Amino acid sequence: MSPRKIKRGTLEESIKRLENIVESLEQGEIPLEQAVELYEEAVRISRECGEKLKATELRIKRLTKDLGGQFELSDIGDT
Amino acid sequence: MPPSQSVVSVSEITRQIKSSIELRFPRVWVEGEISNCKFHTSGHLYFTLKDEGAQISATMWRNRAARLLFDPQDGMKVVARGGITVYPPRGSYQLDVEHLQPKGIGELQLAFERLKQRLDAEGLFRPERKKPIPSFPERIGVVTSESGAALHDIRTVLERRMPSIELILLPVRVQGPGAAEEIANGLRALNQYGEIDVIIVGRGGGSAEDLWSFNEEVVARAIAASGIPVVSAVGHEVDFTIADFVADLRAPTPSAAAEMVVRDRIELLEVIRNMCYTVRQSIEEGVKRYAESVERIVTGSGFARPAGLVRESMQRVDELEHDLILRMREHVRRTSDRSVGLGRRLEALNPSAVLRRGYAIVRKKNSVVSTAREWIPGDEASVQFHDGTILTEVRSSGEEDT
Repeated sequence: MSPRKIKRGTLEESIKRLENIVESLEQGEIPLEQAVELYEEAVRISRECGEKLKATELRIKRLTKDLGGQFELSDIGDT
Repeated sequence: MPPSQSVVSVSEITRQIKSSIELRFPRVWVEGEISNCKFHTSGHLYFTLKDEGAQISATMWRNRAARLLFDPQDGMKVVARGGITVYPPRGSYQLDVEHLQPKGIGELQLAFERLKQRLDAEGLFRPERKKPIPSFPERIGVVTSESGAALHDIRTVLERRMPSIELILLPVRVQGPGAAEEIANGLRALNQYGEIDVIIVGRGGGSAEDLWSFNEEVVARAIAASGIPVVSAVGHEVDFTIADFVADLRAPTPSAAAEMVVRDRIELLEVIRNMCYTVRQSIEEGVKRYAESVERIVTGSGFARPAGLVRESMQRVDELEHDLILRMREHVRRTSDRSVGLGRRLEALNPSAVLRRGYAIVRKKNSVVSTAREWIPGDEASVQFHDGTILTEVRSSGEEDT
């Protein structure tokens, strides 16, 4: 079976999905094959979340709008 | 004539007066009633401050006058803060007003209450208007001053709790003339930019006047119009601003806003780990259960099927197997019953009793032949009597005599 394509969602979506998986497994009645797929998905999602949460340095940008109404992001020094 | 060194020019004496007075009264609070109030076209405000016994001219320069939160009018009791300055060309002194506020309950408070009532009547503060704050924001917009304490405080909390966050600052002035418009524009710009999960708008603590921008209608309207959830975080814990009432969530301080918006990273990782563990456990239990069933069936019947199918058909197979065994047993039992019965019936039919009565069984090559027609002369026949068998040869054949 080709690996199912999982959308790399936001943290919020990922955690909601994890909660769903836990819920549906707790309710039981899921065939083993499907349950194993859910488990694989859960592992993948938690890895993704871990990656996202790994960063230890806050990214901080300044958003400004130039005269033409175009947005511009720039770095901010330490305050 | 006095000694020449003690003679000074008008300019000189004025200069000395000026420096002496200005040093003596760099900042005073003066209470009085406004009269002769005039806004010059340049934006400067000129008026006279007076009481029963005296009066003093007062000037408020354009920059400061623009920051006034009320309309000064003749007859209004006010408190003015400023320094005494001397204007040499006229030989006059005046109060250079930095700050002017109505005395007593004050126009500020009145303006605040009026706006609050109006927006409340419009339904802008209703709980059902409030958008939920996302539980796990990844990009936080902050509308505040780039050099202020608020940004520093928010940043500190985010670095501690959730450094994987991206903070997008929309720098604005948070006090002074035009600040309210900048804040409102900032909120609109973040909405336009998109990709922001939640906005914190605010500033550090200050006087009521410093916080006033957050009481202005443009800011309230921009917050209400924001499609992105807005957390207000204005100054002191105790003061509520209009922005606080309209915001989807009110934080008492900027630090508190950051705390409310992001979860602690360690805590969140723990939650994720726990969920994964729960999933794993329930799978492991399932796998164990199924493995047992599969093993039972595989060793029992030599089936080899995918586990999912096996699980679904396991019970059916069990039933069939059970059924089959029962049927086989029944069959065996019935068959043996029958053979026993047959034996008995055969016993009952034992022909020897008949043979004793004079009958004989005639066979050709071990087959019983019961008609005369099957015989031709020369055939060998065995004839079984009750006490033995003889071999004989057919001499003639023919139809029945009778």
